[in-house]
Amino acid sequence: MNRRIGAHHIAALVAGFAFLYVPIALLILYSFNASRLVTVWGGFSTRWYGELLQNEQLLSSVWISLRVALLSGAFSAILGTCAAYALVRAGRFRGRTIFSALLYSPMIMPEVIVGLALLLFFVAIGLERGFWTVVIAHTTVGMCFATVVIHARLAEFDRSLEEAAMDLGATPATTFRTVTLPICAPAIVAAFLLAFTISLDDFVLASFTAGTGSTTLPMRIYSQVRLGVSPQINAISTLMIAAVAVMLCVAYFAIGRKGRAPAA
Amino acid sequence: MTGERASPQAEGRSARLISWAPLAWLLLFFALPFVIVLKISFSRQRDGQPPYEPVLDPSGGLSNLIDEARKFSLESYSSLLSDSLYLESYLSSILIAGAATILALLIAYPVAYAMARAPRRWQPLLVILAIAPFWTSFLIRIYAWTMILKDEGLLNHALMSVGIIAAPIQIYATHWAVLIGIVYSYLPFMILPIYNALEKQDRTLIEAALDLGATRLRAFFCVTLPLSLRGVIAGCLLVFIPAVGEFVIPDLLGSSDTLMIGRTLWDEFASARNWPGAAALAVVMLVLLVIPIGYYQRMQSAGDRP
Amino acid sequence: MTEPLVRIESVSKHFGIVQAVDQVSLQIDRGEFFALLGPSGCGKTTLMRLLAGFEAPDTGRIFIDGEDMKDVPPYRRPVNMMFQSYALFPHMSVARNIGFGLLQQGLPRAEIDTRVADLLRLVRLEGYGERRPDQLSGGQKQRVALARALAPRPKLLLLDEPLAALDRKLREETQFELMHVQRDLGIAFMVVTHDQDEAMAMAQRIALMRAGCIEQIGDARSIYEEPQTLFVAEFIGEINLFDANIVASDAGPRVIGVGPLQFSFAAPAGMPAGFAKVAVRPERMVMSHLRTACAAEGEGIIADHAWLGDISVWRVSMGDGRIVRVSRGNAEAGAVFSRGDRVFVGFDPASARVLAS
Repeated sequence: MNRRIGAHHIAALVAGFAFLYVPIALLILYSFNASRLVTVWGGFSTRWYGELLQNEQLLSSVWISLRVALLSGAFSAILGTCAAYALVRAGRFRGRTIFSALLYSPMIMPEVIVGLALLLFFVAIGLERGFWTVVIAHTTVGMCFATVVIHARLAEFDRSLEEAAMDLGATPATTFRTVTLPICAPAIVAAFLLAFTISLDDFVLASFTAGTGSTTLPMRIYSQVRLGVSPQINAISTLMIAAVAVMLCVAYFAIGRKGRAPAA
Repeated sequence: MTGERASPQAEGRSARLISWAPLAWLLLFFALPFVIVLKISFSRQRDGQPPYEPVLDPSGGLSNLIDEARKFSLESYSSLLSDSLYLESYLSSILIAGAATILALLIAYPVAYAMARAPRRWQPLLVILAIAPFWTSFLIRIYAWTMILKDEGLLNHALMSVGIIAAPIQIYATHWAVLIGIVYSYLPFMILPIYNALEKQDRTLIEAALDLGATRLRAFFCVTLPLSLRGVIAGCLLVFIPAVGEFVIPDLLGSSDTLMIGRTLWDEFASARNWPGAAALAVVMLVLLVIPIGYYQRMQSAGDRP
Repeated sequence: MTEPLVRIESVSKHFGIVQAVDQVSLQIDRGEFFALLGPSGCGKTTLMRLLAGFEAPDTGRIFIDGEDMKDVPPYRRPVNMMFQSYALFPHMSVARNIGFGLLQQGLPRAEIDTRVADLLRLVRLEGYGERRPDQLSGGQKQRVALARALAPRPKLLLLDEPLAALDRKLREETQFELMHVQRDLGIAFMVVTHDQDEAMAMAQRIALMRAGCIEQIGDARSIYEEPQTLFVAEFIGEINLFDANIVASDAGPRVIGVGPLQFSFAAPAGMPAGFAKVAVRPERMVMSHLRTACAAEGEGIIADHAWLGDISVWRVSMGDGRIVRVSRGNAEAGAVFSRGDRVFVGFDPASARVLAS
């Protein structure tokens, strides 16, 4: 039965999504404002983007953030695949409750606590804070999100496909490689992207665990934001939004419509 | 069946074997750090590197352990109780997070409801629209609100040019700004679980209620709402728990007297270099949140039993 | 003439380009067991939802107990529905499910409790009041749904495919149970179903629907034995259709067979000249190794034989390759026919229906 959507439902949707998107739209709009003041529209300009390219410090932070995100995204995807596989296939095993508690906690726990705990841990074992400590911190949180995404896919996986492969003579290892993994691949890619974005976005964990010389982009942006509103931040924000949008679109079409957006 | 075919037991075994990698990672980089936080919360602050006296150091051997136990200090905890700054921080964190949760719920429920009642073919797009802000940087979204809310910001400018207000109203650097920031940042976390609960709901249940004489409003309160309660609770926990420990939002949108525990912890750690104090703050925050976190985990893992 | 319980007057409803219900008029009497029968998509469910108030008609009017139902919302109608999926509230106990409608009427607690206990007894579920719907079997859920719909004492109970979710054995038992409950309470029931056996077994009157229109209304016997349209003849049970021409003659119009069976008999009054179909039920066919004494007869070879317990069915391949179905009760005495036998099949014009094609 096809139903038409009620007017008050449309109103709720429009109001809700306007609340979510208007600030972002304004942010993008004012990155093209020639004037330094948000209250004055000085005409269209790309001047702030030009200034960004001169900002050596910022560019080096971008580079650090990208490397951290790539590494922690990859680690998260690998560990998340293992964890999801164990949760779905291992049945009831001792420590399962603790395992899933450990998996869900980093996602929901306030970041300051996780950050502080990791920092104190690194100091206690004498590991110097820097690039790798940030990667570890981001992997710890990222792998949990990755697990959720892959778990969802694996749980609805039709086991008879694997049984068919083994019935046709494939060993368990071959079955995993030729059937299980390809079918879960879109979820693994989605998990990587999610962990990648979380890492790229993180400020709190990074500021606890980064050392001198490993200042990430969000840390750089944060210190600028504290100084006040500046069109340069709008410009870098717009670029980041564009990058994420492009990445998501590519992923969406690469994974295909069946790959479904990860519910994070 | 030949030996190389995997039996369910063998598969379970290999899956358990695989689970060791993520389990070891989480034990090492998540569980162990908390033990260290706990340990350090019982030590004394000192000048130096690291800025706390070692406590319960096992390197000295068994005989030394008694000496080590003497160094055990409750100083950080007693100062949590004696200094009203901390108590106020906890209290106002919980109040602000609670208010933000309620506000987010009031905004998210109608949106999620409308999403779930929208034509089927719209729904995937609506879900993507609800998730998408989550993919854009958190910091950037908070920054967007500083741009809007500041005294010389867009909102005041717009209101003044329309003539609704004569002078800028101060929202930025107040509790209100913090509240708006939290609601805005965590809204997708509230919308999605509620949407999921509502979307799964069998619509004939509403018709059954109407058929049995319930008005639309009563059908909503007797059937729709109770059946979406799981989603509502999940959404509230997903907003409330991280919001209690929120640090960035009060720091960027609040004023210096917006006390929130995440921020107090950060100040304690970074400015006052009181690491044992910060650790004790974290421990207490964790104790406060252990019930909601545990509840959330039980809800989640109830869904992934094999 | 007394006012019928339900009066539907040329009601139409469309969804998009689909005309779900097209100019339907019908009446349901007090205490009647009525069935809406038809293939899926024929509009029967829409018609029921119009009665319940979940849809509003585009045109036409619906009266229940003499009252125009226009602008009366579902929750103010003296009509309750038993949903196909049962739609039991999963978060409420069986007792609270059954009491839901009474609570909406604002009855006092004690009265609700008594009535719920009565209904639990009626559907033989005493002691199940505190269970949750997901702890019940399919048959038990069905009975809870029935009790819940009966609780507010509706004037008309709508049952949407009430037996569809039950297995075969349970279905027959439940069928008779529904009939008993209906007779004992004297409430009018309207069953919507696609299963002719269900409709014929339970209902006093059946309305057969097709493409939004009612093809025929009548009791089970008249719909089976006296189909008025080709669709009705083919939808209900098995039937043989023979091509024929209606031609004028001195003695009035006659039906002349053009297929494998030769026949010529007087056409029923009012049939226009032209092509027609002659419909004969398999059990009305006569079959013999020798020539039959029927006015309509043809010769063929038995292609298949199925023994179905109570009856046997033969498929006789006629000279032109067409198939004629013949059935006979296995308890009846008579010749034995097997595959490959050359037989004569025929029918008595009195047991045939002539239908315009």
